[in-house]
Amino acid sequence: MSQDAGIGAPELEAGEGVRRRDFINIAAVATAGVGGVAVLVPLISQMAPSADVLAASSTEVDISAIEPGQAIKTIFRKQPVFIRNLTPAEIAEADKVDVGSLRDPQTLAERTKEGKGNILVTMGVCTHLGCVPLGAGEGEVKGEFGGYFCPCHGSHYDTAGRIRKGPAPKNLEVPEYAFNSDTVIKIG
Amino acid sequence: MSFPWANEYKPSHPAMQWLDEKLPLPRLVYNAVGAGYPVPRNLNYFWNFGILAGVCLALQLVTGIVLAMHYAPNALVAFDSTEHIMRDVNWGWMLRYAHANGASAFFVVVYIHIFRGFFYSSYKAPREMIWLLGVVIFLLMMATAFMGYVLPWGQMSFWGAKVITGLFGAIPLVGEPLQTWLLGGFAPDNAALNRFFSLHYLLPFVILGVVILHIWALHIPGSSNPTGVDVKTESDTVPFHPYYTAKDGFGLGVFLLIYCAVLFFGPNMLGHPDNYIPANPMSTPAHIVPEWYFWPFYAILRAFTVDILFIPAKLMGVLAMFGAILVWFFLPWLDRSPVRSGHYRPMFRKFFWFGLIPTMAVLFYCGGAPAEEPYVMLSQLASLYYFAHFLIILPIVSAIEKPEPLPFSITEAVLGKDEAAALEAPKA
Repeated sequence: MSQDAGIGAPELEAGEGVRRRDFINIAAVATAGVGGVAVLVPLISQMAPSADVLAASSTEVDISAIEPGQAIKTIFRKQPVFIRNLTPAEIAEADKVDVGSLRDPQTLAERTKEGKGNILVTMGVCTHLGCVPLGAGEGEVKGEFGGYFCPCHGSHYDTAGRIRKGPAPKNLEVPEYAFNSDTVIKIG
Repeated sequence: MSFPWANEYKPSHPAMQWLDEKLPLPRLVYNAVGAGYPVPRNLNYFWNFGILAGVCLALQLVTGIVLAMHYAPNALVAFDSTEHIMRDVNWGWMLRYAHANGASAFFVVVYIHIFRGFFYSSYKAPREMIWLLGVVIFLLMMATAFMGYVLPWGQMSFWGAKVITGLFGAIPLVGEPLQTWLLGGFAPDNAALNRFFSLHYLLPFVILGVVILHIWALHIPGSSNPTGVDVKTESDTVPFHPYYTAKDGFGLGVFLLIYCAVLFFGPNMLGHPDNYIPANPMSTPAHIVPEWYFWPFYAILRAFTVDILFIPAKLMGVLAMFGAILVWFFLPWLDRSPVRSGHYRPMFRKFFWFGLIPTMAVLFYCGGAPAEEPYVMLSQLASLYYFAHFLIILPIVSAIEKPEPLPFSITEAVLGKDEAAALEAPKA
């Protein structure tokens, strides 16, 4: 390397050891490096959700048919959503829990909309590893706290969908939603 | 490297001499698995499992490539195309059962191969690199097997994919975006299925590459042996061919008998009936478990049910599960005993047979059991011992243990202390 690098620039060979050829080398390799990294952008980005997956991201649901004590399952972003009409007893049970003792402290009121404290909308996705908990369907096990029970690894959620026992770290997620009217909600 | 007494490749046919000058591929094979590779003369049947693992990889490659000619990696038709293979494709049922049970056979063989390594300390100097590459192969196998199981797009496929990609969601800060990126969506769907198929086809060839490195690294010090004593003279070795090609051939026959018995008489024995139900994102199977070969690690994942200090239980479980395999990478430096073979290590032997083996059996059983007591408690105790075995017991045992006397040489171990026998070379 040093031999042919010296050709044409012998006067720069000695001294501080920085040659014009070094500059060309570094510039060329750096440019190729930046180019190489830039190629990774589309290669990595192609794996992120595509436009059609992102587009299917809002759902309207009629909740008028849900009686107190009942729940329905619906779909949002190809994942289940639970909409539950809580009975006064279930609300009372959720309210009497000492919030400070919870793993993910939240009151029922913080998880519902004002004036609609009986309608609990949560993702039907266990925060542990993503199974669908039981408890929304008729006759399903509701777990030790009367809410939801995830059969995969034994997480128990209470009537407010809060994690009470088992490996899940968080309460069932409340998705972004709004009441379009008294009986129709829009998720997403 | 090879021993100085290794047979040299001398092709007699002019065509082979011509080839040897241009591309010495037959010479490579001759020196790798032929008469040019001297191997300790005392290898027992546990030394068959390396070759058997190679046979399993070949089996999976061949059946996999032909299955890919009939399978469609699209969430709408994947399940149906699997049933098409089972019902309509000529011999499709056999090819698919051979592939699915071939995965199980591969793991049986590799687990025995790994535990052979544990008992005879095959990971010790100068063979650390062989061991490290082996752990890499095992991790690649796990990734490949997991993605392969997703492809039929049954209930267990779908929920397995969801749970395992959910593991990445446990990583702080980047977890959820990472999970979404891996899946190409918010839940497993067409994007995930397609990329899993692509990678399931790619990774076996990566495994093949690492296997070649594994064998290359093996041929530098040469094979270990049940005494753990180094090869000293020519009388300690025999040429790989015909001695071990014959022994491995016999082992292969036994292996194929067992494999075919499962393949033809109980092809669904190791599967889950739930995977014959098409994937349904709205309903989780009541009892969701991975394939049997993941059970010990699944048990460790589920053993963590309460937060430890500031680390959430979920993250602890994930870290422990990956840690359970990553700890193997440090094994050559955790076990400091200069004696390799468990036969000459009384304390190590006790902890191996009465500690590690029962622990693995408990973890194995609990990983397949429902997430309830007493299995959770058992998993916790077994996980605790598992890590203690590698991180605490092995270093202490190797420091305080008094090994039993080793034979002077491999030849002496085989033939006894007979001066004349020790000097006589085996007739090749």
